[in-house]
Amino acid sequence: MSVEHTIPDTAAKHAQGGFETEKMSISMGPSHPSTHGVLRLQLELDGEVVTKADPVIGYLHRGDEKIAENMTYNQFVPYTDRLDYLAPLANNMAYAIAVERLAKLEVPPRCQAIRVITAEMARISSHLMGLGAFGIDVGAWTVFLYSFTEREKLYKLFEELTGARFTTSYTRIGGVARDMPPGWTDRVLAFCDQFLPQLEEILSLLTRNKIFTDRTAGIGVISAQDAIAYGLTGPNLRGSGVPLDLRKDRPYSGYEQYDFDVPVGTRGDAYDRYLVRGEEMRQSVRIIRQAIAQLPAGKWYAEDARRIFAPPKDKVLTSMEELIQNFMIVTEGPQMPAGEVYFEAENPKGALGFYVVSKGGGVPWRLKIRSPSFCNLSILPKVCVGAMVSDVVAILGSFDFVMGECDR
Amino acid sequence: MSAALDAVQALKARWPGASDRATLDHPAVNVPASDLVAALRSLKEDHGFDVLQDVSGVDWGAGSSPRFTVVYHVFSTVGHDYVRVAADCTDAVAPEVPSATGLWPGADWHEREAFDMFGIRFTGHPDLRRILMWDGYPHFPLRKDFPLSGVPTELPDAEVVAETRTGAIAAPMAGGPFVASPGEINMTEAEPRAKDESWTERRPKPEA
Repeated sequence: MSVEHTIPDTAAKHAQGGFETEKMSISMGPSHPSTHGVLRLQLELDGEVVTKADPVIGYLHRGDEKIAENMTYNQFVPYTDRLDYLAPLANNMAYAIAVERLAKLEVPPRCQAIRVITAEMARISSHLMGLGAFGIDVGAWTVFLYSFTEREKLYKLFEELTGARFTTSYTRIGGVARDMPPGWTDRVLAFCDQFLPQLEEILSLLTRNKIFTDRTAGIGVISAQDAIAYGLTGPNLRGSGVPLDLRKDRPYSGYEQYDFDVPVGTRGDAYDRYLVRGEEMRQSVRIIRQAIAQLPAGKWYAEDARRIFAPPKDKVLTSMEELIQNFMIVTEGPQMPAGEVYFEAENPKGALGFYVVSKGGGVPWRLKIRSPSFCNLSILPKVCVGAMVSDVVAILGSFDFVMGECDR
Repeated sequence: MSAALDAVQALKARWPGASDRATLDHPAVNVPASDLVAALRSLKEDHGFDVLQDVSGVDWGAGSSPRFTVVYHVFSTVGHDYVRVAADCTDAVAPEVPSATGLWPGADWHEREAFDMFGIRFTGHPDLRRILMWDGYPHFPLRKDFPLSGVPTELPDAEVVAETRTGAIAAPMAGGPFVASPGEINMTEAEPRAKDESWTERRPKPEA
């Protein structure tokens, strides 16, 4: 934290007969443990109270939207991992569905179910990370150790499925990269069985913890009207009592088949946002169990989409037709019609939207990423004013944002 | 879905300048920039599209007319559907549209981003400055005439420049070894490849 202020010439002021206080300008971040990455807050303080907060973002801007305009649709999948890098599987799915909407392509039920399972596992891992980091921010170190242990188990399962722990790049336009390995769903169920009691233990470290409630209850209150006006989504919106969840309201990838509840807060403070995330993990486990119980058989990719999804490797190496097909998709990209679509998925952080403008061919003309963290952070100048500096830390922790997604 | 279609029909009836916009998913409407705020207000107040989900600039390429379009996606918390509203900027050199910050405070950052990336001015925006790039950055990176490899630019902090004696440099191979091009063009042009191999990370850039 660097401090920029002029030392008041108190002797001169005394001589004039008056004593004035001065506002102090503090730059919090971009390297600060509570800003979870490279967010910088330009704070103006009156004593300990924030009178003005100006978030400075863009330190992690990599030009993802520019990059997307210069590569084929499948080549961009790894870049979506690096948006919300705490839930890459959910980003992969949102992007794939957006492009599939452009092609009016429906993937088989098995593919949809696999995507739902992975997206809900990503939600659990993202919320575990969010809870752990939130705990650290307000002085509860232990939570982090427990939640990271659980997250590690999930990452083992991700590695088994995709070959990578973090940057999974699991979806392709028109399907997923490969089917689930044998026995994998049993290991996911085993994880769910041991996770629920663990989750109760993790949450019990915070829910009735006096220090935690003192630091979060009544802090960073966002009214439902404000949350809607600023375009907040995800747990931050539902924490303010607005029951919007795209999985329920605009079901995609077969979410309408699963029975789950959408938790909402009542007061819209940092504590409510914490409670909402805790409950969402329980609901995710419910969805995963149902999806595995009713897992349809069949292909994990759209077989008939021959100009979009590359054929299986064994066929590429043995059949001329498939070899050509594979070659065309790799060099030219999956062929899309001209037109534009906008698709939003309910990601762990909120509604991740892709606005795809196509002029035909295998490369988007424009790909706009509507990132939930970007929209959620835009309310900071309003929420931080009047809070103490230490409250700002709790507010940031409760927002659970990711700068990779905010800055793109 | 019908509520969104009704809203689009109502907009077209009320503003003669509004017209249907080709779409593959949500109902979409083109409105003239002069009617944009009134149309968005009507969507918000009369038709219940109370959330502004996204504001996106689009550059159709130098020489296109119109060159810049601003696309809004509004969402209804009651009907749970979207409407896409697009407004073309009449001027390609100094594009501008009126700001929606009076309707949604959340439009603030979205419009700053579109300004930052495309140079589209939002008239009436209270604080239109760059958001992702640094203040004083001279280019608009998402315009089609801005190269993927970037443009050599001085860094903002004079102290850093004095210490490192470097600025933001352009990427070799015109942005990478695999750069593809959009549109239905012939395969040689479309396929991902290095567009300029006169210099790489190992071979220094030839002096101009």
